[in-house]
Amino acid sequence: MRKSNQKPVTRNQKKKKINKSQVENLIFSRPRSMRDVEMHYCAGCGHGLVHRLICETIDELGIRERTIGVAPVGCAVIAYDYWDFDVTEAAHGRTPAVATGIKRVRPESIVFSYQGDGDLAAIGTAEIIHTANRGENITVIFVNNGVYGMTGGQMAPTTLAGQVTDTTVEGRNLKRDGYPLKILEMMAVLPGAKYLERTSVHSPQEVLRTKRAIKKAFQTQIDNRGFSMVEVLAMCPTYWGMSPIKSADRIKNEVSTFYPIGVVKSY
Amino acid sequence: MAKIKIDEIRCKGCYLCITSCPQGLIKVSDRLNIKGTKPARFKGGKCTGCSMCAIICPDCIIQVYR
Ligand SMILES: Cc1ncc(C[n+]2csc(CCOP(=O)(O)OP(=O)(O)O)c2C)c(N)n1
Ligand code: SF4
Ligand SMILES: [Mg+2]
Repeated sequence: MRKSNQKPVTRNQKKKKINKSQVENLIFSRPRSMRDVEMHYCAGCGHGLVHRLICETIDELGIRERTIGVAPVGCAVIAYDYWDFDVTEAAHGRTPAVATGIKRVRPESIVFSYQGDGDLAAIGTAEIIHTANRGENITVIFVNNGVYGMTGGQMAPTTLAGQVTDTTVEGRNLKRDGYPLKILEMMAVLPGAKYLERTSVHSPQEVLRTKRAIKKAFQTQIDNRGFSMVEVLAMCPTYWGMSPIKSADRIKNEVSTFYPIGVVKSY
Repeated sequence: MAKIKIDEIRCKGCYLCITSCPQGLIKVSDRLNIKGTKPARFKGGKCTGCSMCAIICPDCIIQVYR
């Protein structure tokens, strides 16, 4: 038994050795759908990571020629400069409405909306809920960093209790400012919402998990199952007032305890 | 032996790669890049090509070779 087991191993090792000396394989690099330009995001910002995961997904699913993204208002407002596929822009919070229109006139297209938490959970609450409730066959990528990044770090509906922001200088006070909004859990009761998952990008493992979730969400749309959405907990080191490494730790220890990571609803 | 290439000109210095490398092969450079940031630098050594650094890099500026 042992002998027969050993043989293939040595053969494999020999093959590997030949490979090593002959060629150097590039095993990780920028996905094809991502432009080779520098992004404007702050150091350690989660947006760049989510951008890349969307590109990897589109490349792997082979849907680049028929994908149309809708970029939000927020720090990701110029996402179309970084993505090498069709992207349009919508007014603040209205990406799900614009995506609905595109999908309805071009049902063969794969349409996704990219949104921040100020965009999706504040000004765009009506649009996201009704889009999900209508069961629109689109995908929403929701980047939750708990603040309004673009406008200077004000409190968002998703800001955690006690969190210091520009507009809650002594920390979010639940009595005065209300409670942090768990959008995914709210949406789970809507029959039109088919796939809902929350992930994070604070570690390589979580990034890989986010990738799987985004892929599943796009697949939900490809399979014509209806509305899919992935909420990604992301770092905003600038307006959290801490280093990128501390921001990643904050998601792990604080943010993800309030916003639990995992599948909220699946078909 | 596997290795990585970091685009030190584009590196913004978040150092998430440094905390993610299981072998501890990435350090803060002692020289500034054009942004005035000390970029992450590959020290060399027993890189396994696990790609953890590239997977966590928010700016997608790490290439991995194996
Ligand atoms: C109709 C309208 N109202 C307000 C604004 C100002 N504004 C721009 S971005 C933004 C919030 C962005 O926060 P978020 O969606 O969380 O994105 P982030 O920058 O955090 O990624 C606001 C309120 C606007 N551009 N348009
Ligand atoms: S302000 Fe926050 S969300 Fe905006 S680019 Fe900087 S880190 Fe990212
Ligand atoms: Mg935000």
